[in-house]
Amino acid sequence: MAAEQPTTGRIQAGDSRQAANAEPTASAAPKAPDEQEENETGAYLPVEEERIYVASPLQMMWWRFLKHKMAIVGGVIVILLYLVAIFAEFLAPYNPETYEVALTYAPPQSVHLFHNGEFQGRPFVYGLTQARNPDTLRMEFQIDETVRYPVQFWTEGDPYKLWGLFPNSRHLFGIGEPIYDASAGESAEAPFSIIFLLGADKLGRDMFTRIIYGSRISLSIGLIGVALSFIFGVVLGGISGFYGGVVDVLIQRLIEFIRSVPSIPLWMALSAALPQDWSSVRVYFGITIILSLIGWTFLARAVRGRFLSMREDEFILAARFAGAGEMRIILRHMVPSFFSHLIASATLAVPTMILSETSLSFLGLGLRPPAISWGVLLQEAQNLRSVALAPWLLIPGLFVIITVLALSFLGDGLRDAADPYH
Amino acid sequence: MSSFIFRRLLLLAPTLFLISLISFVIIELPPGDYVTSYIANRMAMGDAVRQDEIDALIKRYGLDQPAPVRYTKWLGNALRGDFGFSFEWELPVSDLIWDRLGLTVMVAFAALMFSWIIGLVVGIFSAVYQYSIADYIFTALSFIGLGTPNFMLALILMWIAFSQFGLDISGLFSQEFVDEPWSIAKFVDMLKHLWAPAIIVGTAGSAGLVRTMRANLLDELSKPYVETGRAKGMNETRLVLKYPTRVALNPFVSTMGWALPQLVSGSIIVSVVLSLPTTGPLLLRALLTQDMYLASSFLLMLSTLTIIGTLVSDIMLALLDPRIRMGG
Repeated sequence: MAAEQPTTGRIQAGDSRQAANAEPTASAAPKAPDEQEENETGAYLPVEEERIYVASPLQMMWWRFLKHKMAIVGGVIVILLYLVAIFAEFLAPYNPETYEVALTYAPPQSVHLFHNGEFQGRPFVYGLTQARNPDTLRMEFQIDETVRYPVQFWTEGDPYKLWGLFPNSRHLFGIGEPIYDASAGESAEAPFSIIFLLGADKLGRDMFTRIIYGSRISLSIGLIGVALSFIFGVVLGGISGFYGGVVDVLIQRLIEFIRSVPSIPLWMALSAALPQDWSSVRVYFGITIILSLIGWTFLARAVRGRFLSMREDEFILAARFAGAGEMRIILRHMVPSFFSHLIASATLAVPTMILSETSLSFLGLGLRPPAISWGVLLQEAQNLRSVALAPWLLIPGLFVIITVLALSFLGDGLRDAADPYH
Repeated sequence: MSSFIFRRLLLLAPTLFLISLISFVIIELPPGDYVTSYIANRMAMGDAVRQDEIDALIKRYGLDQPAPVRYTKWLGNALRGDFGFSFEWELPVSDLIWDRLGLTVMVAFAALMFSWIIGLVVGIFSAVYQYSIADYIFTALSFIGLGTPNFMLALILMWIAFSQFGLDISGLFSQEFVDEPWSIAKFVDMLKHLWAPAIIVGTAGSAGLVRTMRANLLDELSKPYVETGRAKGMNETRLVLKYPTRVALNPFVSTMGWALPQLVSGSIIVSVVLSLPTTGPLLLRALLTQDMYLASSFLLMLSTLTIIGTLVSDIMLALLDPRIRMGG
């Protein structure tokens, strides 16, 4: 199962990198005592090493993180994707619900810079016309190279309300007035004045716009789902690890039980149990809760393990001898020391959530149109005929793959940075 | 050892009981039942449904009894191999599920074999030729394999096979064998169709195994005993395969515990896309039409499969590794 198996692979991949990563830090650490002596005797302290000596744990973590090239690339992609989701209305050239039946399965238009070998100064797309194929008698799309639509930035377009609050009609890009070639004139039909970078779907809606809007649900469901499982996992895992005894046994049995049920059939059954007449928002939260019902067990295990190993640590003993209360020990001493590790585990849990939502919506058990998520968009690609006719219907899947990979690399890097010796 | 197995078997019964309860409750959760959705369908098609017809349907399916009574009846009969009646198919559930469960296990098993072979061969190759161009290509491929949802892969493969080679890779049998009883010819025909789902379901698993195998073997290869063997003039291929690979295989076996259940689980979505005659499409359909005994029985059987699979792999691991059976 794609959703869960990756963990093992990633852990292994991480381990080998951790080993490589531990070296520089390890070589920096033994230097510290020498530094101290030198410092006390008033010797000159190189700036570079003083920096390491006085660095806070957070800074050290940041430096370790910066060593992971792939993690940084992943992080940048993740930030970009979430920015896209936040400013969807502005970045998308159209309204996701605008449809034009004549444009059913219109192919993606490519952006050009040269026309007849001449540099045009600004990007443009060629006009798209429809003509009947004399052999198959099917209406087919053709590129009309005599008409050019220049791409304009910061342009007026479909009106929208940013985040449902601020009415606006500015879009990042759109097309301007058409430029006709001198030789033009005999073209039978006027070309569509559109810019569909990733083609159109069954109802002639712009795929690029819909993918951008879809990122909102697909990306946020991962975050909210993980946040929910995080709360369950930390509370239940914490109780389990800290108190031990009967509570621990009960919670562990519960976790084992949940995990022993095959996840995909369970998800399918639970989502099928959501009433059909629920609004999109309620289904959205329903799906999120269903996904985190299983997700929390993984985080709870991690938290419990940490608590168990830390309970015996010297600094906890010291705090206890010093008379600190239980709550204080948990919140002031234990939680901060493994919080970064938890953040990393949580990051690694996000892709699983995104994949699960996509799969459920794809099957028609998750979100349903008019809600737009990548899974909902992929529903259209369910039968071979539409995929053969319009392969660009698969593009939302590409975004899923990119997102999952970027988040996995970011999570790997964070985990290695948070916990290089583990 | 026997006490370890005994303890695990003891846990099996309550777990299965809980699962049967949950399978039933989940299916009961949505408002309405099969009869209401059946009537809604009829009404949508413009049929008038008489009240006495509705009452007869409800009576016939035993839907007038309270849920706990129906659950006890269902479970009691299920223990004797009778899983109830499928409303939609108008057939006993047991007639519908066994064939499909068998094929599901078959697909999962083929996928497991595929992922093991790829995991082993590519993992060893990547470790021995670390940082070679092929290693980088395999590493990139395995990351992509990990990030690609199964059903996406199924769609892409289906599209490529269709548009490039004119092949239809959906289904498990050729047209002429679909309704035939089992025969050698039908089995051979199935083997011819099995490769596509095996590759699709097994890809994510094999990507994970390649990473595991590579990391494990790299750890082993840097150990002094390998150097000693090399210094003594041992044949390199023999050296790698005989000692470090065997040690690196150990964690490989332990992955079997989660591998088989997850493959069964993963094959469900893929089989919907490829319209395989396995549990996936039927379970989905049963869930959507609230065909409750069929859906509950599928959930129960799939969970039982998962639990037994985990149990078997735990026992195998315990046989292999004494630390587990002592600590267990």
